[in-house]
Amino acid sequence: MGDEELVQLLTPEGQRVEHPDYTSSLSNEKIFSMYRDMVIIRRLCNESTSLQRQGQLALWAPIQGQEAAQIGAGRALNPMDFTFPTYREHGIAWSRGVPPANMLRLFRAVSNGGWDPYTYRHSVPTIVLGNQVLNAVGYAMGIQRDGAEEAVMTFFGDGASSQGDVLEGFVWAASFNAPVVFFCQNNQWGISTPMSTQSKVPLYRRARGFGFPGIRVDGNDLLAVYEVARTALENARAGGGPTLIEAYTYRMGAHTTSDDPTRYRVEAEVEVWKHRDPIERVKALLVHEAHTTQAEFEAVDAEAEELALQLRVDVLAMGRPDPITMFDNVYAEAHPLIDEGRREMVELGISGGSH
Amino acid sequence: MATTTMTMAKALNEGLRRAMEKNAKVLIMGEDVGKLGGVFRITDGLQKDFGPDRVVDTPLAESAIVGTAVGLAIRGYRTVCEMQFDGFVFPAFDQIVSQVAKLRKRSDGAYTMGLVIRLPFQGGIGAIEHHSESPEALFAHTGGLRVMACSTPNDAYWMIQQAIESDDPVIFCEPKSRYWEKGEVDFENPPAGLYDAVVRRPGTDVTVAGYGSTMKTILRAADTAAAEGVSLEVLDLRGLSPVDTATLVESVSKTGRLVVVQEAPVHASIGASIVADVTHRCFYSMRAPGLVVGGYHIPYPPTRIEEDYRPTVDRILDAVDRVMEFD
Repeated sequence: MGDEELVQLLTPEGQRVEHPDYTSSLSNEKIFSMYRDMVIIRRLCNESTSLQRQGQLALWAPIQGQEAAQIGAGRALNPMDFTFPTYREHGIAWSRGVPPANMLRLFRAVSNGGWDPYTYRHSVPTIVLGNQVLNAVGYAMGIQRDGAEEAVMTFFGDGASSQGDVLEGFVWAASFNAPVVFFCQNNQWGISTPMSTQSKVPLYRRARGFGFPGIRVDGNDLLAVYEVARTALENARAGGGPTLIEAYTYRMGAHTTSDDPTRYRVEAEVEVWKHRDPIERVKALLVHEAHTTQAEFEAVDAEAEELALQLRVDVLAMGRPDPITMFDNVYAEAHPLIDEGRREMVELGISGGSH
Repeated sequence: MATTTMTMAKALNEGLRRAMEKNAKVLIMGEDVGKLGGVFRITDGLQKDFGPDRVVDTPLAESAIVGTAVGLAIRGYRTVCEMQFDGFVFPAFDQIVSQVAKLRKRSDGAYTMGLVIRLPFQGGIGAIEHHSESPEALFAHTGGLRVMACSTPNDAYWMIQQAIESDDPVIFCEPKSRYWEKGEVDFENPPAGLYDAVVRRPGTDVTVAGYGSTMKTILRAADTAAAEGVSLEVLDLRGLSPVDTATLVESVSKTGRLVVVQEAPVHASIGASIVADVTHRCFYSMRAPGLVVGGYHIPYPPTRIEEDYRPTVDRILDAVDRVMEFD
């Protein structure tokens, strides 16, 4: 990377490095628990890819390579903060407490969402690029009106950074000093579109032009992501306004299970990033600083394995929804066309009755 | 019954004021809605009385006006978004169709999309391009949205309040050419339910239904037709999605003839949909196929010639003649 403006607290080799503005506040116990999160979410992600390959999911969007970015940001949130994700924020969802099976309801195509957003303070997935950024800014404007000490974090990628909604969100957040943190995971590729097509300047530098701070953090460095996210969230809660965080990372796998990255990127590039693996460097740190034992690491692997098997069981148990449920929750109030649709479905014998 | 005479613009202003007084969660957002009171002065004086946090002058970005209103709705606020003109709603179309219409479903009912998007629509004010359009069918076609249009000051006063109180998102169409026409407003008694069609003039020969700006034109046509011995039953649809089919069916079952009048292009429109639906439901009582009088399948024309595009009394009477000729 060789970018002097990149915030890094842990090298790919697992060595701590100093930074003038950020110092890791994490105890070894907390680092270990976040290591556990990363291992589990990677294992669940791999299980999901397998489930898709076996025809059990319509699609899967893997996060391999982005575990530190998501667990670092997710664990920096306060319980009352609210998050607005894309479809790839499985690590954020995990840190908000969303059960893994719920994350897969969308990809099993039995739901357009998957969980109660208020229970987990984590909104439902947004697939149209950038829409959620404006929704997040609006939610932050609500926090301001309530006088609450809460913040919003919204997620998007390097691809969505070209969307008007993202840039309008920057304008509004700046104008209204909204308590929102824009967390951009720059994983270098928007399906086949390289970063160089999205922006001629590093993404974090865009923030300056909008009138708020932008920070580039090593997205594969758990310690740095956590500190940068925590600081930006605290600043937002205290009325300091928005921050853009560019987590500089890499999508190790395909965009989704429908993608074939060998058609547009070279293996050598992937090899370079393999040496920057977000989990391995934390493991190295834990070994030489916390003297975490092999048995302790194996216990995490075993737990991840168990969760993956449970996920498989839960996903396979998700049957086809009763077709009549397609009419549920379209409107809050009675609607004649909804009633008509339900009636027709029953008359045709497609469904047994109203839900 | 205490009534007051006022313009539709003033009635909307009073309705918004009352909604804001009743519920502290009601906000107004839009371009120039605060200090200026909106380019049509619909929100005149509201920022002075409710403050800049509730009547928000926004940066000039329609997608953001709607997109942030979505986030505010998730937080429990009810935002009335003003789109300055019909032709400027399209930057917000993505948020309206992809998020406003779908988030309740996607969240399994957890989110209430209580927001209103006010749309000054239709032509007749001699404006330049993008200021005279009728995009209502685009929204009526989208499940998850509700669409309505007011045509009188009294309806404007009541319907805007009902729209704000609705737990569903409402596209609220206001006929800008009628903003400055006066009518009686009854502050005590709401005239009808939010989506109920209303019979403006009873008749026996042809049901002529319309909404927004076309209502006044239809009523004038009904006067002329009456002088010629043809009795028109004039229906104000008010609800465009859903449409009050029951009231339409009742009327057409009686008259046997239907003409729908709109400014929007006819193809794939509200009128086209209504004619198909009513034909299906009233086939055996109909004495002629239904007709739609509307705009042509073109971009809205330069307004020096807009009166040859918008439905006129003559074009409505021509359609009435054509459905009467079937006997």
